Amino acid sequence: MAHADGPQAVQDPQRPQPGQAALGEPILEIRDLVKHYPLTQGVLFKKQVGAVKAVDGVSFDLRKGETLGIVGESGCGKSTLAKMLVGLERPTSGQIRYQGQDIATLSGRAMKSVRRNIQMVFQDPYTSLNPRMTVGDIVGEPYEIHPEVAPKGDRRKRVQELLDVVGLNPEYINRYPHQFSGGQRQRIGIARGLALRPEIIVADEPVSALDVSVQAQVVNLLEGLQDEFDLSYVFIAHDLSVVRHISDRVAVMYLGRLAEIGTDEQIYDHPTHPYTQALLSAVPVPDPEAREHRERILLAGDVPSPADPPSGCRFRTRCWKAQPLCAEVVPPLEVPAEFQDTESPARHASACHFAEERHVVPSD
Amino acid sequence: MPEPYEPFEAAKPYEAYAAKEAIGHGDGGSAALAIGEAESLERVPGAGPPGGEPTGKPRSLWSDAWHDLRRNPVFVLSALVIVFLVLIAIWPQLIATGNPYRGDLAKAQQGAAPGHPFGFDTQGRDVYTRVVYGARASITVGVCATAGAALLGSLLGGLAGFFGRWWDTGLSRLADIFFGIPVILGGLVFLSVITSSTVWPVVGFIVLLGWPQISRIARGSVVTAKQNDYVQAARALGAGNGRLLLRHITPNAVAPVIVVATIALGTFIALEATLSFLGAGLKPPTVSWGIDISAASTYIRNAPHMLLWPAGALSITVLAFIMLGDAVRDALDPKLR
Amino acid sequence: MSGQTTGPGEDATLLEVRDLRVEFRTRDGVAQAVNGVSYRVAAGQTLAVLGESGSGKSVTAQAVMGILDSPPGFVTGGEVVFQGRDLLKLGKDERRKVRGAKMAMIFQDALSSLNPVLSVGAQLGEMFRVHEGTSRKEARERAVELMERVGIPAARQRVGDYPHQFSGGMRQRIMIAMALALAPDLIIADEPTTALDVTVQAQVMDLLAELQREYHMGLILITHDLGVVADVADTIAVMYAGRIVETAPVHHLYKAPAHPYTRGLLESIPRLDHKGQELYAIKGLPPNPAAIPPGCPFHPRCPLARDVCRTDPPPLYDVGPGRTSACHFWKETLDGAR
Repeated sequence: MAHADGPQAVQDPQRPQPGQAALGEPILEIRDLVKHYPLTQGVLFKKQVGAVKAVDGVSFDLRKGETLGIVGESGCGKSTLAKMLVGLERPTSGQIRYQGQDIATLSGRAMKSVRRNIQMVFQDPYTSLNPRMTVGDIVGEPYEIHPEVAPKGDRRKRVQELLDVVGLNPEYINRYPHQFSGGQRQRIGIARGLALRPEIIVADEPVSALDVSVQAQVVNLLEGLQDEFDLSYVFIAHDLSVVRHISDRVAVMYLGRLAEIGTDEQIYDHPTHPYTQALLSAVPVPDPEAREHRERILLAGDVPSPADPPSGCRFRTRCWKAQPLCAEVVPPLEVPAEFQDTESPARHASACHFAEERHVVPSD
Repeated sequence: MPEPYEPFEAAKPYEAYAAKEAIGHGDGGSAALAIGEAESLERVPGAGPPGGEPTGKPRSLWSDAWHDLRRNPVFVLSALVIVFLVLIAIWPQLIATGNPYRGDLAKAQQGAAPGHPFGFDTQGRDVYTRVVYGARASITVGVCATAGAALLGSLLGGLAGFFGRWWDTGLSRLADIFFGIPVILGGLVFLSVITSSTVWPVVGFIVLLGWPQISRIARGSVVTAKQNDYVQAARALGAGNGRLLLRHITPNAVAPVIVVATIALGTFIALEATLSFLGAGLKPPTVSWGIDISAASTYIRNAPHMLLWPAGALSITVLAFIMLGDAVRDALDPKLR
Repeated sequence: MSGQTTGPGEDATLLEVRDLRVEFRTRDGVAQAVNGVSYRVAAGQTLAVLGESGSGKSVTAQAVMGILDSPPGFVTGGEVVFQGRDLLKLGKDERRKVRGAKMAMIFQDALSSLNPVLSVGAQLGEMFRVHEGTSRKEARERAVELMERVGIPAARQRVGDYPHQFSGGMRQRIMIAMALALAPDLIIADEPTTALDVTVQAQVMDLLAELQREYHMGLILITHDLGVVADVADTIAVMYAGRIVETAPVHHLYKAPAHPYTRGLLESIPRLDHKGQELYAIKGLPPNPAAIPPGCPFHPRCPLARDVCRTDPPPLYDVGPGRTSACHFWKETLDGAR
């Protein structure tokens, strides 16, 4: 960890990072974030019998103006992570530092003002909009909760501007969500997220419920808004192609921990963690030519339960490279020793004792 | 009390709408409503131009439900009956000019006569007039008891569902205790010690026994509504509990409560009649169908008309409310059709 | 597997759908969900039906299987010729015998397709007991065999488990086992891997492809995922607004689409192998099946649309060996792609 610098400096934001100046300063610093959900037994007198370790020691930085993609399969803890970032869940331990203060411990008014700057876009456009409210009320609700942002007479105009920004007809302000299609509803959700002019938007699977042709529209919208409003995104998704398209950096999550983090090129073209390699190799590529000469790493078995994760490396039970060491020592998320002195793109943080580069994504 | 509406999911009526629309929309008529198909859940207005731009007027789910209701003959019929019942409960003089208390013993138990289409009872009072005046007691008890039970039940159930933890445990156990009280036995014991001849002790008793049913429904639908992303979204914006409950949860959780309460209204009226029949409910001189049925039951062989008319009025009233409840449920939750 | 060179035995048409029409009659009006769809599948061949939601791809499959919810759905025309017989002309009982024994379906959501109160062994065994009158004991034995065949570890120990005790991938394997139970000649898989994680998706698709080879079955794969299609399909039929807009062997379709909709779809998906520029996005939204635009249903979203597209519905033009396209300007589209 002490050697980490340059683009790999995941755990040491205090050190200067000369190569990364263009990407901006860290705006959100996540340190050792943990969320355990207690498992209880008993009806009246509940007794804790264990814990689901949904997120178990995650650290990374989000830099100003960048998009950090977080990929992982269901149950890896990425949605729990998103909820902690926007203050919907309180971490069991660890820090979320924003503007120098740890927002994980804030409460009441202080938290409310932080919320203005960190907003969320939800996955499901059908459940994320209140069916009993008009579009105007939904997009305008942020102003009712934070009346200091916009004076009352100004709100309707602002809401209409927001609808226009996300590509909806401002005249639809009095309509109800069920009168819109999925893609349009997702735009309404994005407009609500933008209302308070946040600095950070956490998007949890924002396009995975949408049809292919509509998905591209929403991805383009998100990219356009990032430039227009100078936003930083945490973009959580299971679709690796979409994540590559939109992200500057990508973190791979497995069973509550980060397996690997780096720029999109480092992760997709030079993955060093076996899980990342397996994940990437399994993605169906829309190219029938690729299917004959493509190497696919098929993982054995299922993801273990987060209530009882394996010791040491979380991935070892499904890993073809696992050694006795993997069961004993938790691999730290840092640049593997063999790549530390190279200029190779494989030089990025990877939580594997036996990290090695392997090309799994077919390229033209 | 029976609880036919526990699995009722009108807490998510928009989903029900979605499912209904999906049929018209092509794919997704089957069970599969997951990721790739989610788009098929969209509600596209019937006359949308190409491109699916929303057209027409803003239509809230309530106005859609109303639109459906107006076209439902069951609703129209039961609503007409209920409006009529409410009117004569308020102004019985509208259709009955006689005096329900004055009897002419000479005419005791006589059958229909000109001006007295339903005949006379044991004390020679006009059965028609008494049936008309009896509506007031039944409707008053039904409406007040339902309002009380619905308010108390949704308040306690809503709190239990929203706050969870010990609120939930405590309130659910309390509801269980009231559920455990046998209705008739409880009524006989509780009401026999009260001598008031107004409707209020009966109303109070029914509220006391009726709220747990409503509270279970309310708790369930609040729990369902609470899990929706829009509640999370409002929370992420910094909304407090009050706003979450009033703006987001209540409007989406209220539909099943309305349905259950409407149907309960009918059963409460029947319960009042039962208690009055047993002598524990309303007491003379209040005019009540239950009391009249009770008085007439001894003479059922000689003068069946004394029993049939008030019993018929009672049945029609109860049926009207239950049918109304059914129609409302269909409108609010088309998935159950 | 690549599909263009098939042996003489494999070429026998297993299923041919001709000009199938399905409409939904609702209170809000009549929606043409399927509007003249034709396709054919041979034994041992995989046909992928690609389309977005509302395109009618699932409804077509339901009509072929005979499991369309009716009302509101009604087959109003066309033929479904399976092994030489028009299924639409069969009686209910005959139809039911074909279903399960000769053709089987796999659904997207395995959890809701399996009965939660019966063990998976009982559900698998029921297939044999009902269709073949097998004894309880033998049915259980064959259930274990099937579970082993679809790669469920410790099948003998788990045969008494209930659906919720299995993971999503395992449940989908059980669904596949149920479909395979009576060795059908045709399997229709409706988004079989959409609900699954990427790594599990790959396992299940591989299993399906392997079983198809082994049993020499026809497979209709209904999906919205261009990636999955590229991996397993021989032929692709692209559906839009209740019609087939393009049919082509898989290699040709990806290399040179002959319909602007297909082309738009291919260009609108982000790539895994490089970052790329702004995504091409097809403008607008898929049409409401109750109000499909006149002429070519794609014209309001089409970059090539001209006057003729607004008035004349394009027929399915023959555009090459085994290829059709429902576009007046298929030539330009084809040239533009190259």
